[in-house]
Amino acid sequence: MSLFFQTLISGLNLGSIYALIALGYTMVYGIAKMLNFAHGDVIMIGAYSVIVTVSSLGLPPVIAILIGIAFCALLGVSIEFLAYKPLRKASSLAVLITAIGVSYFLQNIAQLIFGTQQLAFPKIINLDAIKIGSVQIDGITLVTLCVTAVIMVLLTLFINFTKIGKAMRAVSEDKEAAELMGISTNRTISVTFAIGSALAMIASLFYGATYTYIKPTTGSMPGIKAFTAAVFGGIGSIPGAMLGGIMLGIIEQYSKAYISTTMSDAIVFGVLILVLLVKPTGLLGKKISEKV
Amino acid sequence: MSNNYEHKPKLVPYPSNAFVPERDLGKRPVLEVNHLGIDFGGLTAVDDFSIIVGRTEIAGLIGPNGAGKTTVFNLLTNVYHPTRGSILVDGMSTAGKSTHQVNHMGIARTFQNIRLFSNLSVLDNVKVGLHNSMKENFFAAVTHGFGYGKAEKKADKEALEFLDFFHMADMADAPAGSLPYGAQRRLEIARALATSPKIILLDEPAAGMNPSETAELMENIRRIRDNFGIAVMLIEHDMKLVMNICEGICVLDHGKVIAKGTPDEIKSNPKVVEAYLGKAKEA
Amino acid sequence: MAKKNFNNALKKAFSKDALTIYLVVAIYAVISIMLYGDLASRQLTNMLISVSCYIVLAVSLNLVVGLLGELSLGHAGFMSVGLFSGCLFSMWTVDLIPMLYIRLPLAMIFGGLFAAIVGFVVGLPALRLKGDYLAIVTLACGEIIKNIITNLEITGGALGLTTTNSGSYIYSKPKVLLPYAIVLVLITVVVMMNIKKSRHGRAIMAIRDNRIAAEATGVNVTYYKLIVFVLAAFFAGAAGVLYGHSFANIKPAVFNYNMSIEILVIVVLGGMGSINGSIIAAIALKALPEMLRGLDKYRMLIYSIVLIVVMLLNSNQKFIEFKSKFSFKSLLKMKKKSKKEEISNEQ
Repeated sequence: MSLFFQTLISGLNLGSIYALIALGYTMVYGIAKMLNFAHGDVIMIGAYSVIVTVSSLGLPPVIAILIGIAFCALLGVSIEFLAYKPLRKASSLAVLITAIGVSYFLQNIAQLIFGTQQLAFPKIINLDAIKIGSVQIDGITLVTLCVTAVIMVLLTLFINFTKIGKAMRAVSEDKEAAELMGISTNRTISVTFAIGSALAMIASLFYGATYTYIKPTTGSMPGIKAFTAAVFGGIGSIPGAMLGGIMLGIIEQYSKAYISTTMSDAIVFGVLILVLLVKPTGLLGKKISEKV
Repeated sequence: MSNNYEHKPKLVPYPSNAFVPERDLGKRPVLEVNHLGIDFGGLTAVDDFSIIVGRTEIAGLIGPNGAGKTTVFNLLTNVYHPTRGSILVDGMSTAGKSTHQVNHMGIARTFQNIRLFSNLSVLDNVKVGLHNSMKENFFAAVTHGFGYGKAEKKADKEALEFLDFFHMADMADAPAGSLPYGAQRRLEIARALATSPKIILLDEPAAGMNPSETAELMENIRRIRDNFGIAVMLIEHDMKLVMNICEGICVLDHGKVIAKGTPDEIKSNPKVVEAYLGKAKEA
Repeated sequence: MAKKNFNNALKKAFSKDALTIYLVVAIYAVISIMLYGDLASRQLTNMLISVSCYIVLAVSLNLVVGLLGELSLGHAGFMSVGLFSGCLFSMWTVDLIPMLYIRLPLAMIFGGLFAAIVGFVVGLPALRLKGDYLAIVTLACGEIIKNIITNLEITGGALGLTTTNSGSYIYSKPKVLLPYAIVLVLITVVVMMNIKKSRHGRAIMAIRDNRIAAEATGVNVTYYKLIVFVLAAFFAGAAGVLYGHSFANIKPAVFNYNMSIEILVIVVLGGMGSINGSIIAAIALKALPEMLRGLDKYRMLIYSIVLIVVMLLNSNQKFIEFKSKFSFKSLLKMKKKSKKEEISNEQ
């Protein structure tokens, strides 16, 4: 029984990380209708930024995190401006390939600067583990869960009640109509990229704290998993990304604990395929019917 | 005008309360639809739609915007599967068939918003229509031997004949997407005809056309019927065209048939007038 | 009449498809002379087989992406299925059929068929899913395949398959494998070109351009989608078998989504649906980074920048105009035009 709850906790921890990354995928997809393949690598850049600011420069963690968030947001906006904006009217495949190019670019820049070997991620969150019955919850897990929950609430409020949040929803519904109503599509897309990248940075903190080592290709697998989570929940849907991320994390940890550690990826992807076959647009995705 | 038939033939009952042109009497109707209906999540889009179309009839389907006309076409071609009712094409039920099978059974169609294979050449668009009549197996296709050349040559010849019918053989090599609007509409009809249908459904064929183009279209529709000996069913808002060439007209409003008959009967039907004027009042 | 036939034959001999074949044959002729004349550097020798495999992979993926218009991110998975099944077949039959010229083709067919079966299974979701959803499912399928093979004992697990063990020694040098590579590339290219110009190819492209219209025109969309996935998987699998024979050890982890993406990049850069393009892009993208080995550190960085710049340029209206003005085709057209004018002037 203790294994069951322990797995649930670690599943929620991993799921929270996936959810934070998936939010970036889903928001960008909803608004710019593109798969930002480079999103996973923003996590890696975010993690390296913490290594630089904390381990090398010795800045206090809070300031390091703020710098990291600002840096990643800026990075996201610049990637959009330089690589994706000129392709607004191009085919989605052209955008996808460009995004792949950006992903390679970020990985190789990181490799040039930091080398291929993995670097230790600094311990920036020091909190004692708590014990409930026989279940032990690490301090970092606790922080992850709380911060993720707060971010999800804030993001939901932001999307539903602020002016820019409403603009984001309007652009994702109908770009032309939003433009006609005086909403700047370009600015909205920039804001989306900034928020998505900032969330990826926060995810990188938790990822680094959980896995403790970072290398240039670190972002790629969690990126793909989070992307899967976004599709799983229904890409374009923000609650979908949260649900998809957390469910994916839980499924992954349970299959590791109860079925097989080496087959967990296959199980996760298998569940995704099954869900999509039953619900072709994901759990909470909108049904798109083609008008004949 | 090379019209073999009297301009407005008498409609005679077949088999009971439905009407077909006199010349089609005694032959099995090409289309027999009984009590067709579809619901979209509790909302009834089309209800109790019945029609009989004679083998060489030009039938019209009219009604105000949103009456469910295109939905009827989608039901007839099984793009949507009907919730209720039956469709018989030349006496065979289309229930459970997929769209391409319905095409094999003899229904071809065009679309309101033109749907061409825009990256393929004009000729290839028509050749896709000939797809099922071509004798070219996969092995021949892969090796370009074993009757491949013969089959392609025959298809080229036939496709050019279809294009020639619409006076567009000279455009055969152009990409379909590059054609002017009117030619795209004609190509769509040519492609549909290439599938050798028994009835062709035209969804607003005159939309966006000027009077001279519309006149040419009317002529073409008659030629299609006369040359290929098939039935035509069309959705159209241009009343002049409908009243001019359709022999039987069915009026749809809010998913229900409100009137059926010859153009003269429809013109004087108070229900039809109300459906159209009622809409005018709203606007 | 005889003249007309002659003209037709001439036209055929200089058609775009024929030129592609000449191109492939010419490249391989040069390479063969270099290789068998011991003029080829070790670098060139080492990449011959893998570049050939990538040509086959790209051309076959082009059938899915370029002709059918569906995004597939699991092509490496098909390749690895073919590779491991075909190589195992080859290892088991190495005593029974010592002649490579019989065993390798048989292994390629075996691996190809195995991959085709998997392609059929992966193609099934393609009937229900579209666009990005299908892309993620194909990616997921590729990862599942990788994961399963990594956990199979028969393929050597994560350590991979060793082809140099005594009793099951199937490893061959590039010099030995090159003829098979040439034949495989030629067969793939010819089959793809021929399909494109057949009623089946037209049906596939019709689905790409407008699925609903294709259905209404009598094209069986289900059938063709499956055929495309099966066929593409078959060739990827066959290429995998060849690939496997050229390495002493193959690890299943190599065939991940990154490799699938690499193949997709080749297809897109070469031009959707263009077989010529796929061949040239495969050579350029696989061989150039090898040539740049000297720049080792910056190699992949340059690759990524080139990728982004090419994609940006390709969707830049001004650049497209510039390109079409100076393309080979338009130059030919201009020449023709002036000729026509000459003729009309004479009349």
